Amino acid sequence: MKLWQALTEKSWLEEGIPPAPTASLAQRRFLSQRTALGLFLAIATILFSLFAVTYLTHSQYPGFLALTGEAWRPLGDLSQLWINTALLVTSSLLMQWSLNNARAGKPALSAGTLLGAALFALQFLVAQLWFWQQLNGMGYGVTSNPSSSYFFLFTGVHGLHLLGGVIVLYSPLSHMWRASGAVPIINSLRLCTLYWHYLLSIWLLLFLLLTRSPETYRVLAALCGVEA
Amino acid sequence: MKYTAIADQPVESHEPSGFISKYVWSQDHKVIAIQYGATAIFVGLVAVVLSGLMRLQLGFPDTFDFINPNTYLQFVTMHGMIMVIYLLTAILLGGFGNYLVPLMIGARDMAFPYLNMLSYWTYLLAVLVLLASFFVPEGPTGAGWTLYPPQTILEGTPGHDWGIIFMLVSLAIFIVAFTMGGLNYVTTILQARAPGMTLMRMPLTLWGIFIATIMGLLAFPALLVSAIMMLMDKVVGTSFFMPALMSLGESVDYSDGSPLLFQHLFWFFGHPEVYIVALPAFGIVSDILATHARKNIFGYRMMVWAIVIIGLLSFVVWAHHMYVSGMNPTFGFFFATTTLIIAVPTAIKVYNWLLTLWRGDIHLTVPMLFAIGFIFTFTHGGLSGLFLGNVVVDLPLSDTYFVVAHFHMVMGVSPVLVLFAAVYHWYPLITGRQLHRGLGRLHFWVTFLGTYAIFLPMHYLGFLGVPRRYYAMGETDFIPESAQSLNASITVSALIVGLAQLIFLANLIWSLKQGRRSEPNPWKANTLEWQTPDLPPRHGNWGEQLPRVYRWAYAYSVPGCKDDYIPQNLPPERVEKLEPAEASKEKPE
Repeated sequence: MKLWQALTEKSWLEEGIPPAPTASLAQRRFLSQRTALGLFLAIATILFSLFAVTYLTHSQYPGFLALTGEAWRPLGDLSQLWINTALLVTSSLLMQWSLNNARAGKPALSAGTLLGAALFALQFLVAQLWFWQQLNGMGYGVTSNPSSSYFFLFTGVHGLHLLGGVIVLYSPLSHMWRASGAVPIINSLRLCTLYWHYLLSIWLLLFLLLTRSPETYRVLAALCGVEA
Repeated sequence: MKYTAIADQPVESHEPSGFISKYVWSQDHKVIAIQYGATAIFVGLVAVVLSGLMRLQLGFPDTFDFINPNTYLQFVTMHGMIMVIYLLTAILLGGFGNYLVPLMIGARDMAFPYLNMLSYWTYLLAVLVLLASFFVPEGPTGAGWTLYPPQTILEGTPGHDWGIIFMLVSLAIFIVAFTMGGLNYVTTILQARAPGMTLMRMPLTLWGIFIATIMGLLAFPALLVSAIMMLMDKVVGTSFFMPALMSLGESVDYSDGSPLLFQHLFWFFGHPEVYIVALPAFGIVSDILATHARKNIFGYRMMVWAIVIIGLLSFVVWAHHMYVSGMNPTFGFFFATTTLIIAVPTAIKVYNWLLTLWRGDIHLTVPMLFAIGFIFTFTHGGLSGLFLGNVVVDLPLSDTYFVVAHFHMVMGVSPVLVLFAAVYHWYPLITGRQLHRGLGRLHFWVTFLGTYAIFLPMHYLGFLGVPRRYYAMGETDFIPESAQSLNASITVSALIVGLAQLIFLANLIWSLKQGRRSEPNPWKANTLEWQTPDLPPRHGNWGEQLPRVYRWAYAYSVPGCKDDYIPQNLPPERVEKLEPAEASKEKPE
């Protein structure tokens, strides 16, 4: 509604200054960062969506062999991936806890849980790499079939996003180290937490997508209008 | 990382003093804009030379030994890619976007100056990687700017080995650079506008840049996805786009890939890309027309909505580039319909430009000449687009010179004319000096008439069925010999137009030191960039006080006012009114 009002303004009729926003410097800084992060998440969403649509298209070609299905298929046993997922969930929870601690005025606990979140995220990445090795060892390398190519592609791109996130944790950590005051720390953590939860959601969706049966792919592809 | 808030502090506290921090690793949006512009113009000149070489081959075949079928295809590919991505996108958004966004909204700098600096250096890296492909074994890729697989990475296509790898890597780096810059432009426009600068008080230049940037941020991921997947097909050996096939008598190691999938991804980016280039041009033209016709832009609100609607529609027309690839007739009908619908908001814009000129006090300055020239070329290019948007017309004309003529008129010549208009218009702001008017007029007339001499006959060649991307026609019964004469005349025109750009370059360089010193606000424009305390604006743009905005950007020739322009930041009480006696002398319209 606000946007509609803005876009229907008759600017040629009106003169004068509308009331200026009263946001403080820190608030304006945070709003800018949040806007940029929101845009970045929109871009990342499009990136993953496009990969996913091409995956569904590929899933309808005759040579595509889904990774799941029979027990002997590489993703017949998902226990390893569930463990990896648990690592990322823990990382996300710790990140939220860190934010909550910062809000509650417990900087030491906040820093500790933040480091914990980073550690679990890195552990998730190592576990994913280990799973890559396992798949490769089973004969499902990156070139063996489009389905496994996509597994490496999806997890690789997701992993790079997470790695980027871990590097950006430098920001709240440096605020904590310099004891910059509660507001910059909380604002910084709010953005990191949003990014962490976003990457967790993306991973859950990828997990769901990569482990479906050929029948489900057929239905999804039909819904997207890309059936063979 | 530094933010606008830091730039909000007094200028002296953060103005860089050393040469390196001021002109090389600069975080000032104006310096970054000039860096973007200079790099884009340099790489654009490379593309101009390539087009000259192509034309030499087409106009005078069997004359130049150094042009063979392979090099010809490489020239075609690199010319197209450089012009579309590395020149037009970069200069309109990285160059003018960077320079104008903070100034036009009344901010001191971009929201994230450090990221802005990083964006330029990443762009430069992309350009260097691209240019490096000229020096790798077998040279750059010759697959055509659309890079369609499977031929792109198969033996037989020039640059199928290293050339294509460098191209894809360069594109990926460019997209990273664009994303950094784009996040900055959008965030800055949304969050750092001066008090009073509502969205609907923004000049149309900003609207064009704003929507084009959002489109770029949403469309470039499709190119990134296709670049990553094709790079994996080439380097790792996956089969995302590569089907099982025989190449040079042997079966290749690919299976089950889909070349068509690449086309969809490419054009999902490729079509919005047309508007990523066009929308900033639309905005700039609107502002130049209004300023130099001393009249408010006709239908401002409709112009804004048209920009937004064009942006939205451009995401649902991509497959009109793929009619000959084959598709369900229902899809063909859908994409033809959406393509024709996009002509409606575009036509609204053209009518509004004309109605802005109608009974205006038109000053035929050099920027105005280029802006009016744009209306001609864009209308011509747009009309031939209506032909090609229809499946039944497109099928016989596809891959002929009619298509070449169409897209050069609509997204080659037109944005380039706007680019020139913009340079002539804002040169005094950027340098504090005027460009030479006589040289500017000569540049305009040779370029404008010359481009017609190049591209108008190409439509006819297309109707004859002359195919594009052919090194030589060979013996083709349905093409008369006279077509070759036409090709020769096109080449002569192209060379003349190419050489005419040297006039422009000479003018740019000569005027830097010798040009007439510009008075502040030489065009008597309303927009904020002309209202800075210094010309050119200093670091921080606005001195101690940020501007306050009281009105829209098009208060030209307002009845009852003494001056024929009222700057956006002029308080209402300081607007000089005519005495009642003088006002009554004003001719009623």
